[in-house]
Amino acid sequence: MRKVDFRGLNLKAFWQGLIRSDSAVGNRIVPPTGFTAQLTVFSAGAMAFLAVFALALALATGRLAERWSHELASSVTVRVSASDADQDARVQAAMAVLSTTPGIGEARQLSDDQVADLLTPWFGPDMPVDALPVPTLIDVPITGSDFDSEGLRLRLEAEVPGAVLDDHTQWRRPLVSAARWLKTLGLISLVLITAASASMITLAAKAALSANGQVIRVLRLIGARDITIATAFVRRFTQRAAIGATGGTLAGMIAIALLPNMDAAGGFLTGLGFQGWGWLLPLLIPVVAAAVGFFATRWAALKMLGAVR
Amino acid sequence: MRGVGFGYQGSAELLSDMTLSLQPGMLHFLTGPSGSGKTTLLRLCYADLLPSSGEMTAFGQDVRGLSRDGIADLRRRVGVVHQDTQFLDHLPVAENIALPLTVSGQDVDMAALRDLLGWVQLTQHARAMPPSLSGGERQRAALARAVILSPDLVLADEPTGNLDWEMSMRLMQLLIELNKSGKTVLVATHDLNLIRATKAQVSARVLRIANGALQLAGSDL
Repeated sequence: MRKVDFRGLNLKAFWQGLIRSDSAVGNRIVPPTGFTAQLTVFSAGAMAFLAVFALALALATGRLAERWSHELASSVTVRVSASDADQDARVQAAMAVLSTTPGIGEARQLSDDQVADLLTPWFGPDMPVDALPVPTLIDVPITGSDFDSEGLRLRLEAEVPGAVLDDHTQWRRPLVSAARWLKTLGLISLVLITAASASMITLAAKAALSANGQVIRVLRLIGARDITIATAFVRRFTQRAAIGATGGTLAGMIAIALLPNMDAAGGFLTGLGFQGWGWLLPLLIPVVAAAVGFFATRWAALKMLGAVR
Repeated sequence: MRGVGFGYQGSAELLSDMTLSLQPGMLHFLTGPSGSGKTTLLRLCYADLLPSSGEMTAFGQDVRGLSRDGIADLRRRVGVVHQDTQFLDHLPVAENIALPLTVSGQDVDMAALRDLLGWVQLTQHARAMPPSLSGGERQRAALARAVILSPDLVLADEPTGNLDWEMSMRLMQLLIELNKSGKTVLVATHDLNLIRATKAQVSARVLRIANGALQLAGSDL
């Protein structure tokens, strides 16, 4: 395969070409193609719109994984199961162990009502929880880095029969893992959107080159170099990609901004958005789209021109 | 060119063992019957075709060894008036004429462009689009485009092919003027009357191509 020559790449010229109006003769050596131009702008806009959501998803799930990981790791639960006669004594024994455990705050025994609330989603509101052999639950906040989960587990096993330490690992891991996987999917989506955009622009550029075979022949006969001809196409498609992507990005950002307030509604979906400096990130999408347009068109044009003498 | 041979793919050799050297500053005619290879020989001169055998040198460079950019540079030194006067139909005449400057990255000197348009008598048509031009106007526009880079060599392929006698002589006068200004000019034409009329005004070297070979024409014209 022919190697693409990037020696002619000049970032200053690239930027000037991008912002220069289409009136200069150098830009007009390729005839205007209205419908193709509109399709390219629309496709770039649609891809940018999707990219905004993929980016928002990746950022939101990243934050979610971080939050879940932090919140669930900030407390442990001690579950005390015993016969009615021994229950109070064992709870007191467990509290005594906890009071001498470093790295934790004030342990708090959950009231019967709080335990009933926790069980309601599984048993429904009509189930008489009092009739069930429900263990006593003690919520233990972790306040210091010197907290030793394994040490506490062994002490409870030794000193309080029927007491079990639950550090939430069993259900924390799948949740955090799911959130991280969602973040990865968001990033994969961004990569796929970029690749699809590059493919689309490459196809459009090749179609434009094929449709302008006679123009290219004339330009060659009067001494135009391949890079000169390619640049005319590159400039045009780079501008289209940038313009379309800017529109799509702004539309996507507006749609994200119109999502209900997270505090008001709560839940994951309302957390889908950008926070603080994160609002600047989607503004990179038109820049990336322009770069994709530039390199995809340049590659396609030089490859096609190189194949024909 | 020395011992140059050329044949289109799948066809017998059209030109064989052809040797030709253009004399700098001279007006040359290349004549011969239709299909004898006049256009092919001209295309070899501006590297639109490459010889299948022999040596081909332009401005001291082996044409067959030129890179793609080298070929582009060669074409900037050779102005060509094509038989089918190829223009970009979406650009006005003046921009088409200035196109060699544009693609070679040079600024267009508007005063010089106006002078050139005046020389080929197309000032009134500067903003016209190429499809609206007559045959003679197209040929003159093509000549203006061919010389705008002030090339060392001007090639004209049947420039008067579709023109009446008056228009043909008008175009020929422009080519004679070019030659008098020191340019090497090679005109391919099957019109012997045009050659005779020109030779009556100016010294010219006439080459005849027939049966794939090239010979200098003499008093038999």
